[in-house]
Amino acid sequence: MRETQRAVLILEDGTQFQGKSFGYEGSTSGEVVFNTAMTGYPESLTDPSYEGQILVTTFPLQGNYGVPPEDPQSPPLSDNFESEGIHCRGLVVQDYSWENSHWLSSRSLADWLKSQKIPAIYDIDTRALTKHLREKGSMLGKILVEGCDDVDFYNPNLENLVAKTSCKEVSTYGDGSKTVVLVDCGVKHNIVRCLVKRGVKVVRVPWDYDFNTIDYDGVFISNGPGNPDMAEATVRNIRCAMKTGKPICGICMGNQLLAKAAGASTYKLKYGHRSHNQPVRQLGTNRCFVTSQNHGFAVDNSTLPPEWEPLFVNLNDNTNEGIRHKTQPFFSAQFHPEASSGPKDTEFLFDDFIALLK
Amino acid sequence: MEETNKIQKVLLLGSGALKIGEAGEFDYSGSQALKAMKEEGITTVLINPNIATVQTSEGFADKIYFLPVTPYFVTKVIEKERPDGILLAFGGQTALNCGVELYRSGILEKHGVKVLGTPVQSIIDTEDRELFVKRLDEIDIKTIKSQAVESVDQALEVANRLGYPVIVRAAYALGGLGSGFCDNDTQLKALTEKALAFSPQVLVEKSLKGWKEVEYEVVRDRYDNCITVCNMENFDPLGIHTGESIVVAPSQTLSNDDYHYLRSLAIKIIRHIGIVGECNVQYAYDPKSMDYRVIEVNARLSRSSALASKATGYPLAFVAAKLGLGYGLFDLKNSVTKTTSAFFEPALDYVVVKIPRWDLGKFHGVNREIGSSMKSVGEVMAIGRTFEEAIQKGLRMIGQGMHGFVANRPINIDNIDHALADPTDKRIFVISQAMQQGYSVDHIHELTKIDRWFLFKLRHIIDTASELGQYNNVNDIPQPLMRLAKQQGFSDFQIARAINPQYAASSPEDAIWDIRQQRIAMGIIPVVKQIDTLGAEYPAHTNYLYLTYNGTENDINYLHDHRSIVVLGSGAYRIGSSVEFDWCSVNALMTVKARGWRSVMINFNPETVSTDYDMCDRLYFDELTFERVMDILDLEQPHGTILSVGGQIPNNLATRLDARGVNILGTSAQSIDNAEDRHKFSAMLDQLGIDQPRWQELTSLEDINAFIDKVGFPVLVRPSYVLSGAAMNVCSNNDELVRFLRLAANVSKQHPVVVTEFIQNAKEIEMDAVANNGKIIAYAISEHIEFAGVHSGDATIQFPPQKLYVETMRRIKKVSQRIAAALNITGPFNIQYLAKNNDIKVIECNLRASRSFPFVSKVLKINFIDLATQAMLGEDVQAPSKNAFDLDYVGIKASQFSFSRLQGADPVLGVDMASTGEVGCIGENTSEALLKAMLSVSNRIPDKSKGILLSTGTPKQKADMLDAAHALHNHGFRLYATGGTHAFLTDNGIPAVRVYWPSQPDMQPQALDLLHRHEIDLVVNIPKNLTSTELSNGYKIRRAAVDLNIPLLTNARLASAFINAFTTIPIDKIEIKSWEQYH
Repeated sequence: MRETQRAVLILEDGTQFQGKSFGYEGSTSGEVVFNTAMTGYPESLTDPSYEGQILVTTFPLQGNYGVPPEDPQSPPLSDNFESEGIHCRGLVVQDYSWENSHWLSSRSLADWLKSQKIPAIYDIDTRALTKHLREKGSMLGKILVEGCDDVDFYNPNLENLVAKTSCKEVSTYGDGSKTVVLVDCGVKHNIVRCLVKRGVKVVRVPWDYDFNTIDYDGVFISNGPGNPDMAEATVRNIRCAMKTGKPICGICMGNQLLAKAAGASTYKLKYGHRSHNQPVRQLGTNRCFVTSQNHGFAVDNSTLPPEWEPLFVNLNDNTNEGIRHKTQPFFSAQFHPEASSGPKDTEFLFDDFIALLK
Repeated sequence: MEETNKIQKVLLLGSGALKIGEAGEFDYSGSQALKAMKEEGITTVLINPNIATVQTSEGFADKIYFLPVTPYFVTKVIEKERPDGILLAFGGQTALNCGVELYRSGILEKHGVKVLGTPVQSIIDTEDRELFVKRLDEIDIKTIKSQAVESVDQALEVANRLGYPVIVRAAYALGGLGSGFCDNDTQLKALTEKALAFSPQVLVEKSLKGWKEVEYEVVRDRYDNCITVCNMENFDPLGIHTGESIVVAPSQTLSNDDYHYLRSLAIKIIRHIGIVGECNVQYAYDPKSMDYRVIEVNARLSRSSALASKATGYPLAFVAAKLGLGYGLFDLKNSVTKTTSAFFEPALDYVVVKIPRWDLGKFHGVNREIGSSMKSVGEVMAIGRTFEEAIQKGLRMIGQGMHGFVANRPINIDNIDHALADPTDKRIFVISQAMQQGYSVDHIHELTKIDRWFLFKLRHIIDTASELGQYNNVNDIPQPLMRLAKQQGFSDFQIARAINPQYAASSPEDAIWDIRQQRIAMGIIPVVKQIDTLGAEYPAHTNYLYLTYNGTENDINYLHDHRSIVVLGSGAYRIGSSVEFDWCSVNALMTVKARGWRSVMINFNPETVSTDYDMCDRLYFDELTFERVMDILDLEQPHGTILSVGGQIPNNLATRLDARGVNILGTSAQSIDNAEDRHKFSAMLDQLGIDQPRWQELTSLEDINAFIDKVGFPVLVRPSYVLSGAAMNVCSNNDELVRFLRLAANVSKQHPVVVTEFIQNAKEIEMDAVANNGKIIAYAISEHIEFAGVHSGDATIQFPPQKLYVETMRRIKKVSQRIAAALNITGPFNIQYLAKNNDIKVIECNLRASRSFPFVSKVLKINFIDLATQAMLGEDVQAPSKNAFDLDYVGIKASQFSFSRLQGADPVLGVDMASTGEVGCIGENTSEALLKAMLSVSNRIPDKSKGILLSTGTPKQKADMLDAAHALHNHGFRLYATGGTHAFLTDNGIPAVRVYWPSQPDMQPQALDLLHRHEIDLVVNIPKNLTSTELSNGYKIRRAAVDLNIPLLTNARLASAFINAFTTIPIDKIEIKSWEQYH
């Protein structure tokens, strides 16, 4: 039998799940959230929106296809990952695949987690854990590995995670006659890739950068972790940008910040949407899309000012999935049209945005 | 929804008899479609001659026609019923092909019948290979470039241009019929000729052996909204038909990019083709890049879609039917959560493994290698939270004596490398043996091209088994190792065998129980999990369940109120046990529920209706082993358990469950044992003074000879241990006997042989009945058309009997009542009799429902299972007043064979069952019912421009066939006959052309040539007896008939009856009457 360190996941309500360690041998804490996707652990782990969180995968078998190689580029843009490193603070799975098999695999998931100092635990009834989180809501938790020191619970939502994950300097990607300002609230690299692929110049700026000082054709507000109320600086800059009437598009956190700039408010969902199978409907149409999502907060439709309207709605729980201005070229999606990981069915929203650039 | 309002009556085409490539999955699809229509208040008309299905039961369709699903009969039904719409996607290739023909001939348009769902043109685009490639080229989707050819010469030219190996496929064929790989001109010639017999068009293409095979199930509504409900990955790489492959869902070796790349392509394809409903896209995927080819698209519900439905909990057929009415996916709700949308893609939190079930051992001469053509007869689906757990469960479920991946009886392998590279039905066990002999994962990968990931997982099982082997005593096994073994799907028996093989062999029951007690003491018990489609994100409102050791918490709160009744299902479809037991199981569940109990089902067959989670209160999609049934009973603590409706698998558990205190409802385990145990049963019959054929269990050749001296040849020989070939054989002389016992069986003290006198020219009679406390409350006596010697599962059966003496019937009834009383039967039972003159002998007795229960129940219109279940629930059941003498009509049950799939198999009938399915048709008299039934099982009325080949066996058989030969001649059929038959016909004034056997190559005309030139449209080839020399004589003729798709009859009595029917009843005189109209 394989000898592995024992480990335990302890939730803030005292519930414990006994398992075994397969990642970094150290303890960790954060907000425990679950994702029901069946593929895409390299993408999820490097998604900045998971900053401060311990990820539970409901699909039991993880690590099957290993981890693709690092592909460092300057300015930073990876083909294989969504950021430069792992953002989750821990990983919880049912069954870890000790051997992996894929032509692109360069190392095992365990080795990668160890090199990035991320603890991980397996042999956990992730279904029972997920049901617990579903019933009680997302909660704080910690993974303690046998022989390692205890750690305190940590609540990432009290921190400005957007500031933490955003780039610190301005950098430029791609080339084209049009310039898009990409406000990095913790951007996934595939948003950059999706824009560059469409022949525009992307100027990636920090979350609180006053981009109104530069000449641009459109603004793109990225995804990002945590509570949108922490990103007031971005909201102020968006309000300024709105006055120019130039196109604005947002994704996930970008949807929430655009809504806040419009005057609406957001709230925390009981356990969030984290999966590849969230159904959304474009309001006023029969068009529906399967979307990839990762968010814990949502826009409160009832607080949208009259000149704004919901653009998409979640078919399962009727929560907001996007907004748009009734007359101006401003729109955003709560889901991830850039996918990675997940279905790519809404990537056309990038085309819609590019088409608006004059 | 304006389209829905116009549709008030729809016609649904079923798939007919179960055959290889088209089995129970279409009972599931059709039943779901009927439910969907019913929910909309639409009147439904069903055409399906398969009387044993659930869909042809009361309460599913409004009108049922037990008629062949062919353009002629469907047209007649359309003319009579005038439906507004037709559903073509729910009855497999049979329904689809029939629908395309009706569309092309303008019948649908003429009668204003709208095709619901996918338009016929889209179906044609996917079925015609050339059109298909062209359509996908339009959107730059890569297909396997193939060339359509219409002759053997063309095929050779193309193959030589592409370079071998090539694959050959027949267009418009189900399950890869007539398909295969060719490495050279000779193989190509043979295969192409055969394929051209089934299809005017044959495709030759370059082979991509070794690529991964991946499938997506895609759904689209008329608003262009698309979802992929499930993807699946074949364990076996490309080259093995997906129906022959172990399949895993969801895919395990694809990265996110791989998964969504193929998913996006699938959606692009379904949109371009214009599917409305469901379709399946199959890919070949390069294991070393993101290169792909689309293999095929099935524009209908398929075996894969049934599997995907069961694997995910997403009711594909139901949703597809609703989409056909014009609904959008967003209009429909998720049937599991009841609150969330049906527009979504299921998230699984478990892994599913499908394993095919083959029955190749039943056939003489069949090629055991598996490849691009389907040979399996059924499948199982196993659910686990590790791959190891799922596959080990699955390997037990296939039910061929295997205990999982390890701890099996070793199989004989001449050359492991060969057996790995050229797979047979045993390949998974070859991998096990190779690993145990030290083959590395890389080495096995090189030989098999199976992805290393799967092999690594299998390796874990081997490692754990060898670690267990280091302990000799159950008490010494450390708790973590015991738990790991259970998490990897080890059964208690596997653990017992790993630690102490001798004890496990000598006292299996005790060994298993020791392990069970010890692990329970260690706190190692399985937990119950729900399949909820959303990975626990939303609560489920259905109880679709499985058990796993990879978890700590049950999803179900057990009330332990003893209000559950557990019904054990029938497991994998296989020769001898198929959809008829699903009908029985479903009907038992319905009665249980109607009588106020909680209905609980255990079954693992994804092709069934009984595994639909809306058929019962709780469905355990899990094993039917003693261990797992006990696990479930421990959790459920039911009032009682029903074993008698699921065929032999549950029946076999009776004694063991009883020994552990399980409350078995109905007939007691003791009685079941008394009927199953040959010695006890025989002694009981002797005591009751009931006659039976003489038999003896013998352990040496001398004893066998002594017995045969008494009873004479022929004898029926049944070895208890079979080396190869079929388990039973009739031996007509000493040479036969010696050869059979030397080659096929092993006679010893450990392996006795049962020898039974074989009575020739006797009638075989079935008694299906229900008793309550030893008293028969309902019964049906039916007679075989063939004389005894044809297995009852292959025989043509008529009910009510038309040619039995009243005296015989009365005796059978009396004897049956005495047996029922002696065994104190409560519930269903079946007794088989031989009758000669008025003497009757009991052949066997099963204290469970039999294969013919749905047939007699539906013909008589008395639901025997409903009555039996009521009796087993302890209710006071009244005997129905109606009986078979009141019927003004006749039912005929005929068998469907799948020999065309089973390359090399001799299509002759014997004492071992060979049919894969059956139909049941009703008519005014025997001939009319028989004609409908025979036309439903791939026979056709011969074309008068062609001839009929007669080769009719012994003088007695020739004489039996004389009237039929006269009738053929009088009706203007041209007759061809081989030597003896020709002489006999000539002597009797019937002109016939003499033809020659392949063993007379110098003579002309050769029978085989005529067959190959399609100058013959019916072959009647009656072997004189069942000796191997006689069998080999006609083998080439029979095989050629099957391979060239020419109807073949091998039984004189059945051939006479069929010829009599089609020469006396013109096809347009066949009455088009629904089931309801017979009363």
